Amino acid sequence: MSPRFALSVDTRRCVGCSACVIACKTENRVPAGGFRCWAVQETSGAFPDLALEVRSERCNQCAEPACVSACPTGASFVGAGGIVAVDARKCTGCKACIASCPYGARYVHPDGHVDKCTFCLHRVTNARLPACVETCPTSALAFGDLANPDSPVSRAVRSRKVKVLRPESGTRPQVFFLV
Amino acid sequence: MAVTRRQFIRIGGAALGGVAASGLVSRWWGLDSPSATDPATDGDTIVPTFCELCFWNCGVLAHVKDGRVTKLQGNPAHPLSRGRLCPRGAGGTGLLYDPDRLKQPLLRRSKRGEDVFEPVSWAAALDHVAEKLLALRAVHGPEALALFTHGFGGSWWKQLMKAWGSPNVGAPSYAQCRGPREAGYALTYGAGLGSPEPIDLANARVVTLIGSHLGENMHSTQVQELAEAVGRGAQLVVVDPRFSVAAGKAKYWLPVKPGTDIALLLAWMNVILAERLYDVEWVERHATGLEELRAHVKDRTPEWAAAICGVHAELVRDSARFLAGARPASLVHPGRHTTWYGDDTQRARAMAILAALLGSYGRRGGYLATAKFPLKPYPAAPAPAVQAVAPAAPHDARPAADRPKAGGFPVADEVLASGLCDATKPGFALYDLKGWIVYGTNLMQALPKPAQTIDAIQKLDLLVAVDVLPAEICGWADVVLPEATYLERDDDLAAPAYKQPFVAIRQAAVPPLFESRPSWWIVKELAQRLGLGQAFPWPDARAYVDARLAASGVSVAELRAKGAVLGPRIATCEEEGAPPPITTPDGKAKLFSEELARLGFDPLPRYVAHDEPPPGSFRLLSGRAPTHTFGRTANNRLLAEPFPENEVWVNADAARALPFPLKDGDRVTLVNQDGARSGPVRAKVTQRIRGDCVFLVHGWGHTAKGLGYARGRGASTSTLTTRYAVDPIMGGTGVNVNFVRLEPVEVA
Repeated sequence: MSPRFALSVDTRRCVGCSACVIACKTENRVPAGGFRCWAVQETSGAFPDLALEVRSERCNQCAEPACVSACPTGASFVGAGGIVAVDARKCTGCKACIASCPYGARYVHPDGHVDKCTFCLHRVTNARLPACVETCPTSALAFGDLANPDSPVSRAVRSRKVKVLRPESGTRPQVFFLV
Repeated sequence: MAVTRRQFIRIGGAALGGVAASGLVSRWWGLDSPSATDPATDGDTIVPTFCELCFWNCGVLAHVKDGRVTKLQGNPAHPLSRGRLCPRGAGGTGLLYDPDRLKQPLLRRSKRGEDVFEPVSWAAALDHVAEKLLALRAVHGPEALALFTHGFGGSWWKQLMKAWGSPNVGAPSYAQCRGPREAGYALTYGAGLGSPEPIDLANARVVTLIGSHLGENMHSTQVQELAEAVGRGAQLVVVDPRFSVAAGKAKYWLPVKPGTDIALLLAWMNVILAERLYDVEWVERHATGLEELRAHVKDRTPEWAAAICGVHAELVRDSARFLAGARPASLVHPGRHTTWYGDDTQRARAMAILAALLGSYGRRGGYLATAKFPLKPYPAAPAPAVQAVAPAAPHDARPAADRPKAGGFPVADEVLASGLCDATKPGFALYDLKGWIVYGTNLMQALPKPAQTIDAIQKLDLLVAVDVLPAEICGWADVVLPEATYLERDDDLAAPAYKQPFVAIRQAAVPPLFESRPSWWIVKELAQRLGLGQAFPWPDARAYVDARLAASGVSVAELRAKGAVLGPRIATCEEEGAPPPITTPDGKAKLFSEELARLGFDPLPRYVAHDEPPPGSFRLLSGRAPTHTFGRTANNRLLAEPFPENEVWVNADAARALPFPLKDGDRVTLVNQDGARSGPVRAKVTQRIRGDCVFLVHGWGHTAKGLGYARGRGASTSTLTTRYAVDPIMGGTGVNVNFVRLEPVEVA
């Protein structure tokens, strides 16, 4: 069976430290001002009855990616394991994908093409973890093949109540948040 | 046809500022399958070393490609990083390649503080320093030189001070940070805790944080273990006026009024003793003073504390029962930055006593016994030979007690950095300090009341700053020596006491940029000029480290290849057969401190009310962000991306009550009780903080003109700390005693 790469974020463990952000930026030579992942703190309630959800966020690597449908040049594509990536050589920087993405996961690289998280495609296709997962000090991130029930991500999403962001977008996100 | 579709798209790309044209010419439009390029950041060589972005010193693997460090990863062989890094550790290349780095030695060429310097050669700079130091010694004696140090490379400078013959070596990490905690735990258990703290977060079932915001305060191993515990279902009790990230994960959050922690701790003890929830057996076997404690807290009920702390009595009672219910694996985290109100040793005592009542001292999930990896000193430099190097002082030897630190703080067991500053004022101590070497610490932000530090500096014959970046203190120096970053230098071995003893090595990943030099080289060169060359007989740091390792029976090749080598496992807790690590003379934990009674202090912690902010003002609190180590990372452009500057946290209801409209994101100026003003800082208007205080991440609001990124960003807590409360027991400088009001910043 072909793999279906996915990632889970344990919002209880995540402290929003941004280690994922920095590891991603150096691993992928992400230019200044661009982000392939980021940390979010979402507060609800009023003092002193408050709740906080902390998330490390990135491209949701949707199974039905609106960005790929929107891309006029074929630069946005679905690669190994369902990973959505951008071929910089084919991208014209038209930003149709940016407009179509429900998650704001893409940015324009100063070289003129659009860039985004690839789940570190160059690493995961060589049996290595994405840089964010590898460095995460709280082990909040789990990565793997959803088609394999023993993969860390399969185990994580089975272990707890999970949600995806903006399920109403209908793009079938493959980043799962353990709440 | 005038324009092909391909050309059309190319034009579109150009109009968007795109420069990716080369890719469009031949390969496109589905004729070949799309692919994502490998960013190719894996190193040709990978150099294991350890981090210096903070003082936790995690193990790092530096990827070096074409002579540049491309990325940093956690070293799986190092017990502090365990293969992972916090953002700062991963962002070390932002320091290495900071365009604002000090590039050459500098000599001051105008008045102190005007920050006007002339670049000179190393020989000229070191000749100048040596000449000034020898003159200083001839007139004032060697003790008139003080060293302020913070960072691992400081070990070479400490060696120099030893050879030179001055005991005046201090770090702001004591009296401006963890000192009260060290004193409080030493008074209770016989020894301070040190760093890394000997605690077992991973196995705790309940973790209680008192004003600590672990998770935002990013000591990697502790955060790793806290997450591990949370993952196993451990619960948190968080005492903090701010709804910290940790509070957001807590079962009980107690947003007490700032400065009332001791009242809460006494009430918890009241409940735990009254309801007999404490560890009767542990206390009987290992502690003295229970009856005095019982009598002391008898009236300190949750109702009493509720009125003081501003939280419900039921919350106090429930949380006490809850944290006691998990004992002994109920960890009261000792905290780290603990200089808050001047009664901080007493608060640390209360926490230490609570840990004893929970029977967690020396138990799994509580406080552990630790050990150092057994390392031998460098074989050829025994201490007596070093002593003989120092020529006789022009006066009789100073008595041992004649150290600036002994200024009436009987329990201080390290030199106070603030004490060294005080002892520079003429007549303050038994003798005046006339020269400072400042290594890796920006005293203008690290010490409270910067104006006082400047006064002291103006009394000096010589101020030498050794640093990587041109921080404010460099602007006040006479000589600035550019140090190589940790990625460009070898250093001494690291072997701190830890539950798993280990030794780690720092080795240069790339050669020093510009004219920067490692401290081992600077110190050795300077020592030769001072006639102290014999104290530094090794050719370089590598030879020094190798000799130490050979003498200690550790494989040099293995350590250089792996970065860290583990020592034998030790028994760390009662469950593993170790007795509790209590080192008081009778081996008992002191719930009641006869030592404090003898010295004229409260033998049991007592709640004393602190001044309250006047109407319209807020108490200024400060803390950490996970992406920054106080001011020293503020100029790191990589770390600035997720955290570009600090914000002042203001309660949303309090913001509505201000005389001017304040929305989230508006810029304000903070003005303190003495009229000190911050630079403009963005307001974070939030429900996540009490209305009687505001919060800033420390380390922003730089003024040094050489800090191209950080200068003028955010607000400086140091500027607003014109007042501080001195802890009479150990001399700590409590900084949470400043009150600020907010002023709108007029938008031009």
